[in-house]
Amino acid sequence: MAFTTTTPQNLTTFTTSSHKPKLPFSPSHSLTFPTHPNQTLTSRAISTAISTSTRIHSLFTPRATSSPSSSTTAAETTFHGLCYVVGDNIDTDQIIPAEYLTLVPSKPDEYEKLGTYALIGLPSSYATRFVEPGESKTKYTVVIAGANFGCGSSREHAPVALGASGAAAVVAESYARIFFRNSVATGEVYPLESEGRLCEECRTGDVVTIELKESKLINHTTGKEYALKSIGDAGPVIEAGGIFAYARKTGMIPSH
Amino acid sequence: MASSSSFLAPSSTSILHSKKDVGLSALTSTSSISSQRCQKTGFRRICCSVAAPQQSQRQPSTTGSVKTAMTMTEKILARASEKPYLTPGDNVWVNVDILMTHDVCGPGSIGIFKREFGEDAKVWDREKLVIIPDHYIFTSDERANRNVDILRDFCQEQNIKYFYDIKDLSNFKANPDYKGVCHVALAQEGHCRPGEVLLGTDSHTCTAGAFGQFATGIGNTDAGFVLGTGKLLLKVPPTLRFVMDGEMPSYLLAKDLILQIIGEITMAGATYKAMEFVGTTVESLNMEERMTLCNMVVEAGGKNGVVPADSTTYKYLEDKTSVPYQPVYSDQQARFLSEYRFDVSKLEPLVAKPHSPDNRALARECKDVKIDRVYIGSCTGGKTEDFMAAAKVFLASGKKVKVPTFLVPATQKVWMDLYSIPVPGAGGKTCSQIFEEAGCDTPASPSCGACLGGPKDTYARLNEPQASFHAFVCVSTTNRNFPGRMGHKEGQIYLASPYTAAASALTGYVTDPREFLQ
Repeated sequence: MAFTTTTPQNLTTFTTSSHKPKLPFSPSHSLTFPTHPNQTLTSRAISTAISTSTRIHSLFTPRATSSPSSSTTAAETTFHGLCYVVGDNIDTDQIIPAEYLTLVPSKPDEYEKLGTYALIGLPSSYATRFVEPGESKTKYTVVIAGANFGCGSSREHAPVALGASGAAAVVAESYARIFFRNSVATGEVYPLESEGRLCEECRTGDVVTIELKESKLINHTTGKEYALKSIGDAGPVIEAGGIFAYARKTGMIPSH
Repeated sequence: MASSSSFLAPSSTSILHSKKDVGLSALTSTSSISSQRCQKTGFRRICCSVAAPQQSQRQPSTTGSVKTAMTMTEKILARASEKPYLTPGDNVWVNVDILMTHDVCGPGSIGIFKREFGEDAKVWDREKLVIIPDHYIFTSDERANRNVDILRDFCQEQNIKYFYDIKDLSNFKANPDYKGVCHVALAQEGHCRPGEVLLGTDSHTCTAGAFGQFATGIGNTDAGFVLGTGKLLLKVPPTLRFVMDGEMPSYLLAKDLILQIIGEITMAGATYKAMEFVGTTVESLNMEERMTLCNMVVEAGGKNGVVPADSTTYKYLEDKTSVPYQPVYSDQQARFLSEYRFDVSKLEPLVAKPHSPDNRALARECKDVKIDRVYIGSCTGGKTEDFMAAAKVFLASGKKVKVPTFLVPATQKVWMDLYSIPVPGAGGKTCSQIFEEAGCDTPASPSCGACLGGPKDTYARLNEPQASFHAFVCVSTTNRNFPGRMGHKEGQIYLASPYTAAASALTGYVTDPREFLQ
């Protein structure tokens, strides 16, 4: 054999921090709404829901810098808020241009800065910016995209920037694999796949709800509902809370 | 469900023949299969009017201990996960032979490693980690400089064997350990070996597949995991096979081949798939050309690229590594998702027009595109062979370039080659002399340079659009041309081979190198 192989036993020698684990997709992610999601929300209810969603995001410490993740049971998760629509082949240079890659995502203040620059690389044809100039967070909870979202670089700064900006989920027609993998591993944004081209059905600013358990997206502004694809193989990893949590859950590395 | 009879087809030397036999017996025993499944499990041979029949997914248990054919990617992952047999779609924990990281993603990966395994944790193997600062090196950006310091501190703390450090930014030659672009350095330093698994925090890690190994890019979190455990959960990709036969024309380079392929299958054509390159043309390519081929696999969405190892590979590795390796090869009966065949004698020099690597066009059809600059560099087009190719065109012309022509050697070794290796047919002149006579910029300090823009003071970065009716048009030997890739969002980047880039520099327009090479 050209290489040595390690046995699972070797892995148990690693010590882990004794911090209380912070989970990206813990039950506290589910949001309660003033009205039933299937009803058309009044404008007042919408603004309440939006501010609730923004507040909940800011309640959590940045996921990339939080204490070690660990396993948990599957969570009922719902995302609600405004959506931002982009087209096909949005590459990582548009999600987070290379000049910002000197920011290290595992440092809390730099993590926050990355969020400020999320999707800043989109061409000027996108008149509405994802993060308003001067703001540090986005007002959009969900990014709706066409095909091959996240193509290009392996930079984890891409899903991190989206997560740090306050976005909770991406619903794309399809993903580039490294971006998808990084989203799953970090837990920064939930990478969902739509059945069909939601980017043509929705407009930036539409109010949407994603019901994960039912695999559907509701556009309250248009009143239409859309099926989402099952998360597939990434499901167990996401449900566990990322690659480290999954590894601990399956005994690959020791739990806390 | 499974049809065991489909795998008792008589062995033959032709893949197509055996697939056809397999398909016929499968048809008699399987019920109707949806076209969706056909896409995933069937074998499609492109450039053939009759599609091969579908096959259903095989369950190993139905055939007992009969070992089933695998592609070389499947074999590499099987061995690395200590499993006798793998099928595309399997998720397995894989032992990692080499993990590479650089200044952009290293600090983040280290942060995650420490967070998850503890401040005092040690990496799984101090000899299997290769840390190569290369992205934002020659800049006054403080954070960029700090990131190299973070790598240094970590390497000292962990006693990492391979850290290609740089301290004196004003003179790269004053840093004996410094290499430059990670993917080229990995090859030059003997870290790429047939049959192994190499992961890196960079999408172009797939370059190493040129050595007949499984190599792919991962993010910081995955890298942090590997740092602690030496393993990663990977999904086995199905393989697309690209057969290129024929003698390579004198005006074509591997860059043209991969641009042809990406244009053929589009930017997402190989998503989650392996790309295997075989055929007499591939066999005739030297290692650096094979690296160029595998380098842009990710631009088609590919997970990894592979070229079977052969005498060219072994020769290259002779003086570079003493670590024993064991090459693997796709089985005769291995199943491929699709097969594409190219007769290279029919291909022509290409470009990828703005703003996508699959926006393929013939170079000669773009001859009216006026350009503002040429960039020759990066892991894709900044290796010694790439510069030799450019020099060949300048030599054939004997004239001077009409636009600023930036040269960024990938590594220190490449830089030294430019100044020492005589260019064939040049009467003893080196690349650097030919470049100087042609009026190119002096070869710059080796790094990733402006391939991905970088900090604003990066050499050759596209910073301002031209103060004329069109934006900056750059012909580049790099790998991506998305909006803003090399700096300014309005920059127009034409991806091309070193031949085409040099030819374009000489005319000031996008130019087919046959203008000078025939």
